[in-house]
Amino acid sequence: MRLIVCLKPVPDPKHWNKLRLDPETKTLVRAGVPAVINPLDKKALEASLRLREAHGGEVIILSMAPPEAAPVLREALAMGADRAVVLSDRAAAGSDTLATAHILAGAVRKIGDFDLILCGDETIDGGTAQVSAQLAEFLDLPNLMHVSDIQAGPPGPLLVRSLIEQGSLLVEIAPPAVLSVAKEINEPRYVTLMNILQAEQKEIAVWSLADLCLSEPCIGLQGSPTQMADLFAPQRTKRAEMLAGEPREMARQLADRLHRLGYC
Amino acid sequence: MAEAIASKIWVFVEQRQGRLAEVSLELIGKALALAEPLGWPVAAVLLGHQVEPLVERVLAAGPAEVLLIEDPLLADYCNQTYAKALAGVVVPARPEVFLLGATALGADLGPRLAARLRTGLSAHCLDLELTPQGELLAVVPGWGGNFLARISCPKTRPQMATVRPGLFPVPQAGPAKGRVIRLAAGLDPADLTYRIKAVEREEVRDSGLETAEVVVAGGWGIGGPEDWGCLEELAAALGGAVGATRPPVDEGWAKEHQLIGTSGRTVKPKLYIGVALSGHLHHLVGLKNPGLSVAINQDPQAPIFEQADLGLVGDFREIVPALIEAIKSY
Repeated sequence: MRLIVCLKPVPDPKHWNKLRLDPETKTLVRAGVPAVINPLDKKALEASLRLREAHGGEVIILSMAPPEAAPVLREALAMGADRAVVLSDRAAAGSDTLATAHILAGAVRKIGDFDLILCGDETIDGGTAQVSAQLAEFLDLPNLMHVSDIQAGPPGPLLVRSLIEQGSLLVEIAPPAVLSVAKEINEPRYVTLMNILQAEQKEIAVWSLADLCLSEPCIGLQGSPTQMADLFAPQRTKRAEMLAGEPREMARQLADRLHRLGYC
Repeated sequence: MAEAIASKIWVFVEQRQGRLAEVSLELIGKALALAEPLGWPVAAVLLGHQVEPLVERVLAAGPAEVLLIEDPLLADYCNQTYAKALAGVVVPARPEVFLLGATALGADLGPRLAARLRTGLSAHCLDLELTPQGELLAVVPGWGGNFLARISCPKTRPQMATVRPGLFPVPQAGPAKGRVIRLAAGLDPADLTYRIKAVEREEVRDSGLETAEVVVAGGWGIGGPEDWGCLEELAAALGGAVGATRPPVDEGWAKEHQLIGTSGRTVKPKLYIGVALSGHLHHLVGLKNPGLSVAINQDPQAPIFEQADLGLVGDFREIVPALIEAIKSY
């Protein structure tokens, strides 16, 4: 099977306390926050590696990222991906999900034949969970989200479990298709030093948008129908009334209040 | 099209196997409130096969129009059939706003439809505003809830949004004021690109969270399953239910159905007690207007103390047992 994994480098959540809001530009200052593979994208990669191990084939990483994100892609290659394609282009800056999906669709067309595109359901930064379905729409392919299991027995359709509220659907879907995975699907493997050394030999191709023959009005800020009108931190004006004393005293004061309110 | 559609705000009515998703009614109520100052009519769009029995309940929520699209090919949800049928009616009618619930289905259909219409979609919205000029401003959470963004869609129509369930009240059923407009789906069997072989529903485990008057919620700081029990005991003493933030659910100390917040449940208790949780927005979006909120946390700098009414700084392992004892003494 030929598998394409869409992978986004995101700021490491362990360092999100360093994120600052610039009150002038209304943008996030990310200085000092290292990038990691978006956690659910890592699970999409793991799912792809397992499919390749079972059925043979190739796993290709596709990422729209600045050149600084190279170490993150090296990690994906160390996990076992065969090669990576990176779209690095300032013209892509400011792309919302629609423009991003448009760009990724162009890259997928250039990569050519494939059986599956795998993505994470959502990223931890934007968290819109839209790109996989929009990518599928632009490629005119079927897609499923919230995927927790993929049973492939090529040739023929796949049997995919897709999670819904209070349950799941068992869906028959024929490749080529786009699947986005839920956290339940797997636990990604760890990389060894040997894996890291082997990954040094693997190819990272860097493409610009000009390589994709996209129409200008569909990319970047210009190609993005949504705009961020405002970015703000949640209101934290309130300050709780703090109870004082030893644990038992505080517990007693709280119980008194709850008693007066009729809870006990 | 025989009848012209007048509505400017459309709400997608979600159903699976004839079961109506409550968020659709919540959104009809919200849409009516948003539309009123502008005098815009609101439509509910219902797709499916043999779903006419649902029309009465939808009309009772108060829309001016119910757009009913029935087709055997819409019996099972598939995003390509649903997106195609919807695009077929949206394109000629040109609504200004199109809303869906941010459910598993809505979060799948919304982006697919937005891409087909080449328009913008704001995801998992916490609130919606409509300016006097008819511009939709959607408040969305980002960055693990550390920040909120207000998103607009100035250039394209419809302005689309998926909205979290449980944020707005279900409108009281009233007399039907709207009319039903039947529309063709315009589908071909080839549009059905996947087949649902089985629907496996877990036993509906009602934890009583959503209706509980008292909710005790625990977070990462509980540390393990051995200490989780004291939350159950506290909730029992107050006649309430136990909820959780994401980490205890991921760690298996709490169950998925106890999750409060983004991708979990929305609770509306009169009394909320948050124990050993930091108070990130992703949890707090699931807490609607608690009458009294209490936070117990070791860290005096925890953000929860900026949200709660009452704060207790200390080790929950000491405070909670003492609290249970004190409560039981009454």
